[in-house]
Amino acid sequence: MVWYIVRRFLQLIPVFLGATLLVYFLVFSLPGDATAAICGERGCTPAVVAGLREQYNLDQPFWIQYLLYLKGVLTFDLGTNFSGRPIATIIAEVFPTTAKLAIMALVIEAVFGIVFGLIAGLRKGRIFDSSVLVLSLIVIAVPIFVLGFLMQFLIGVKLQWTNPTVSGDATITELLLPAVVLGLVSFAYVLRLTRTSIIENVNADYVRTATAKGLSRRRVVVVHVLRNSLIPVVTFLGADLGALMGGAIVTEGIFNVNGVGNTLYRAVLNGDGPMVVSIVTFLILIFCLANLLVDLLYAWLDPRIRYA
Amino acid sequence: MPEPTSSVAVTEAAAPVARTKTSAYPIEHFVADLDETPLRATDSAVSDAAPRSLWGEAWRSLRKQPLFIISAILILAVIFVALFPGLFTSEPPNENCLLENSDGGPAPGHPLGFTVQGCDILARVVYGTQSSLTVGLFATLGVVVIGGLIGALAGFFGGWVDAILARVGDIFFALPLILGAIVVVQLPVFQQNRNVWTLVVILVAFGWPQIARITRAAVIEVRNADFVTAARSLGVSPLGALVKHVIPNALAPVIVIATISLGTFIVAESTLSFLGIGLPPDVMSWGNDIFSAKPSLRSNPMAIFWPGLALSITVLSFIMLGDALRDALDPKARKR
Amino acid sequence: MSHSTGTQTRGRRAASDGADTPQPLLELRDLAITFSTSTGEVPAVRNAHLTVMPGETVAIVGESGSGKSTTALAAIGLLPANGRVSNGSIIFDGEDITHASEKRIVALRGSSIGMVPQDPMSNLNPVWKIGFQVRETLKANGLPSGPQDVAKVLSEAGLPDAESRANQYPHEFSGGMRQRALIAIGLSCRPRLLIADEPTSALDVTVQRQILDHLDTMTEELGTAVLLITHDLGLAAERAHKVIVMYKGQVVEAGPALELLTNPRHPYTQKLVASAPSIASRRIESAKKAGVATDDLLAPAAPADAARDRVIEVEDLTKVFRIRGNWGRSTDFTAVDKVSFSIARGTTTAVVGESGSGKSTVARMVLGLENATSGSIRFDGVDITTLGRKEMFDFRRRVQPIFQDPYGSLDPMYNIYRTIEEPLRVHGVGNAKSREKKVRELLDQVALPSAMMQRFPNELSGGQRQRVAIARALALDPEVVVCDEAVSALDVLVQAQILNLLADLQSELGLSYLFITHDLAVVRQIADHVAVMEKGRLVEQGTTDEVFDNPRTAYTQALLAAIPGAGLVLPPEVA
Repeated sequence: MVWYIVRRFLQLIPVFLGATLLVYFLVFSLPGDATAAICGERGCTPAVVAGLREQYNLDQPFWIQYLLYLKGVLTFDLGTNFSGRPIATIIAEVFPTTAKLAIMALVIEAVFGIVFGLIAGLRKGRIFDSSVLVLSLIVIAVPIFVLGFLMQFLIGVKLQWTNPTVSGDATITELLLPAVVLGLVSFAYVLRLTRTSIIENVNADYVRTATAKGLSRRRVVVVHVLRNSLIPVVTFLGADLGALMGGAIVTEGIFNVNGVGNTLYRAVLNGDGPMVVSIVTFLILIFCLANLLVDLLYAWLDPRIRYA
Repeated sequence: MPEPTSSVAVTEAAAPVARTKTSAYPIEHFVADLDETPLRATDSAVSDAAPRSLWGEAWRSLRKQPLFIISAILILAVIFVALFPGLFTSEPPNENCLLENSDGGPAPGHPLGFTVQGCDILARVVYGTQSSLTVGLFATLGVVVIGGLIGALAGFFGGWVDAILARVGDIFFALPLILGAIVVVQLPVFQQNRNVWTLVVILVAFGWPQIARITRAAVIEVRNADFVTAARSLGVSPLGALVKHVIPNALAPVIVIATISLGTFIVAESTLSFLGIGLPPDVMSWGNDIFSAKPSLRSNPMAIFWPGLALSITVLSFIMLGDALRDALDPKARKR
Repeated sequence: MSHSTGTQTRGRRAASDGADTPQPLLELRDLAITFSTSTGEVPAVRNAHLTVMPGETVAIVGESGSGKSTTALAAIGLLPANGRVSNGSIIFDGEDITHASEKRIVALRGSSIGMVPQDPMSNLNPVWKIGFQVRETLKANGLPSGPQDVAKVLSEAGLPDAESRANQYPHEFSGGMRQRALIAIGLSCRPRLLIADEPTSALDVTVQRQILDHLDTMTEELGTAVLLITHDLGLAAERAHKVIVMYKGQVVEAGPALELLTNPRHPYTQKLVASAPSIASRRIESAKKAGVATDDLLAPAAPADAARDRVIEVEDLTKVFRIRGNWGRSTDFTAVDKVSFSIARGTTTAVVGESGSGKSTVARMVLGLENATSGSIRFDGVDITTLGRKEMFDFRRRVQPIFQDPYGSLDPMYNIYRTIEEPLRVHGVGNAKSREKKVRELLDQVALPSAMMQRFPNELSGGQRQRVAIARALALDPEVVVCDEAVSALDVLVQAQILNLLADLQSELGLSYLFITHDLAVVRQIADHVAVMEKGRLVEQGTTDEVFDNPRTAYTQALLAAIPGAGLVLPPEVA
């Protein structure tokens, strides 16, 4: 078990290094002056350019640049953004809101996805199952920004159940609508995955054996069918945290949430290269950590993994 | 009904019997009527119905699926609109945009109303089809070729090729499609050359790992099948076995995922355009239209609704097609 | 004649017998089961009737698809969701439970009717500890379920160290141990009837025998009646008081075990008795003891010729696999350890062993699909381990494989013509026209109609597929055919047909076979020479008669004793 955790942890290191290297390489080494990326289309004064070249070690070879940057990441010294504010401070400011939003979305999609998927799987081919399937297809197909606008318009503007936009405080109630929008697509995936998994497990030999032992239907479903079906769902949820971070860019934009996604979006529009790299690096880190967490959960759910 | 013989515990012929059990109860020897239980030839020959290839079987089951019929019709319609936009609207999409019509409601000859710039919404939606479809189609093609090739090689040859490719795939996996695309798209290189093709390149660059994973898994499953070993021992080369036996049998899941990806890429394109960093503003696309309608959401929600609907229906039809294909090509269903 | 009269007669007899014989524990009366599929209602079982008396062991024998499992599972309401009892009744201990409520059935399961399923690998939930899975059974049936109770149940089933074993997960158990755990669960609540569905068919023969012996002892002590489902007539005859033969969803014959073997009346039973390898093997044994010539009982044996040349000579063949462990450490695993044997031209050499014995690795090395770590394989005097690419390609024409799984060995995308033609095309034999002629000839040789050429594998039965695989193997006129468990996945009658076909082809074409199998009963029928492998080493070899009559090592003796039906002594004239 310890070996398993250590191994998974060590496997994450090259992934993290590779991904950050990729991003760093893309931003600072592709053709075109890197300072142009930082300055955006507006351009900077020569003095600023010189300052930037020094600040981001652009006079050094690429590898040195990257290693210096990595050192910065590990010491939480991410430098400053285009307007001179420390990037670490900005991330620390906006991250809690995004974390709240992403976790709420994750909980919503997990709870509803699993419950609906379970019922649909147990009633395969009946009306509930078919209608839930069609509904999930529609949810998957409608892009998140269309959905977001639609819900914002209907619930926020027309019905006025909540504020159409989120204030600076970003309270739980305010975040509820954005979280639903953010989690909706993944909810459909969780539902479908749970359903498939349940259908597969309901016909498993050990489920029949459990029934033959004289267990009640309820116990068979909960202890044997559901428990085993959760294994692939948990894997999906972990990988999905990354997608939620990506989706947060759009959702936060629509609902005007002051979070990581919105900050990233503004940095992109401003052509603030260092800020973009730092936020993406941060998101990759979150993604890797989430995956590590999933691995632990996975090992707990599936004893076979622990000794693999 | 043949009369069953009276119960016999042990016949004399088999006197030295070891370990055979004798029951405490009388057991009758029952023989069923031969008329009722005729002996059929073991392994009877097949009927003279038409031969059924696997693709033929899949097509047969596909034809009967409502999901397939609906999605196929929708996709054909969307392709038709993309090819011949002029047939669906008499309005040119960009000229005739009068600011006095800005955010106007439906008017004669303009059934869907006007955008902020006063352009005809119907015309914009109809002409926007082409760029969305082009991006989706070519991104999918690129991803299938690159991801499929990499996945097939990794799966078939295993070993260090597989290990390296798996790690590279992991790295790309840590960077979700949209996030990666955002990083690249904002670079000056791309901002200066924004068009459909650069966007396709970016989507392929960040989208291939998924197809590679699926292909790899499918190839590994087939690789160890006895028919591949049989081909190898006939003298078929490794590459020959890969091309002739492994790939055709590993194709089904790849086709399914590719179909669904087509929808995903259309969404990705429109999301980037929606963020203002996808296709350049002068290219007509649904994402761009939604982007420009954003500020006037409250006064003219229809300017977002119609391109959004077109986008959703297109994506939905590809995802539905993928679903229908998955059912028809399911290897579990076609076994035996 | 209508079977309804027969039904009534049977029904009346059962009623009138009630006075002088005890009540049957389980009685199935004219049971019919149908499955609703996409193509409509499909009858799976018709007119099935059987009785199980208290404490009696009744075996249902049949091939796959005969409805034997379906019949038994119906008795505890475990039919798949699309199956239902469409006619007849199920009476357990005098109570009609055909359409009993879910609640009633749940109450009966476990405590009154237990079950031991077929495949120990898939029947324990992989995510729960063994102890948990026993405990929940006890609990659900209202029995004390403390750690001692769980340990007691497990140790009764012959699981050593039960207390600590209960804390392990299924994947930490071997197949035999898992089956013991499943038996423990099945019998934990002292049911009066145990349904054992092929309880050992997934296990090695020696383990199979231990498990069955233990099951016998336990059920005898507890007075449990057993409904045993099996495809092996020999096993049924050895273990049951009464044998019921099912065919295509119907009971064709039922009676005392031995009576059925010695005096089969229904043509299907007669064929089964004639074909079942375990029975055939006993028959040969008995015939020899009785001094009867065994020639006509065996497959046509090649004439013994001492000077006959050796087509394949394997010497000190060794295969070491490197298994990668944690942190780049790797351990060596010797799958095949200094194995030497040879095959005389035109004869059959069988390599026998249980799972993990390395027999299949030997086959792969002989086929040139796996490189040997050391040792040599000489084919016609030339060591194939040293062949270059070009010579290897030529070598492949002369040695061809037939694999076990008839569903996996044909490419589902190729029709039969392309499948059989492929080797010809690969080796550039003839032109399109002559190749088609050859394919027709080959189909004819394996007794398949040439109309089958346009068919796809998914349209063929298992036996037909195996014939196609044989035709493909013969396409290049090979000298040696390696049969890797080639008949193990087939039903008894089909198995017999394929074995006959192989024997006919051998005498016709002078083929040499390397026959890899776990089934000693089959070996007896087909092989001239036997090599027994255990854990990578060759422990014994000799002519088939030598090995069967005078097994020298304890391992071979154990293998022989474990052939189902080994305890039966049959009169030689039974045929």
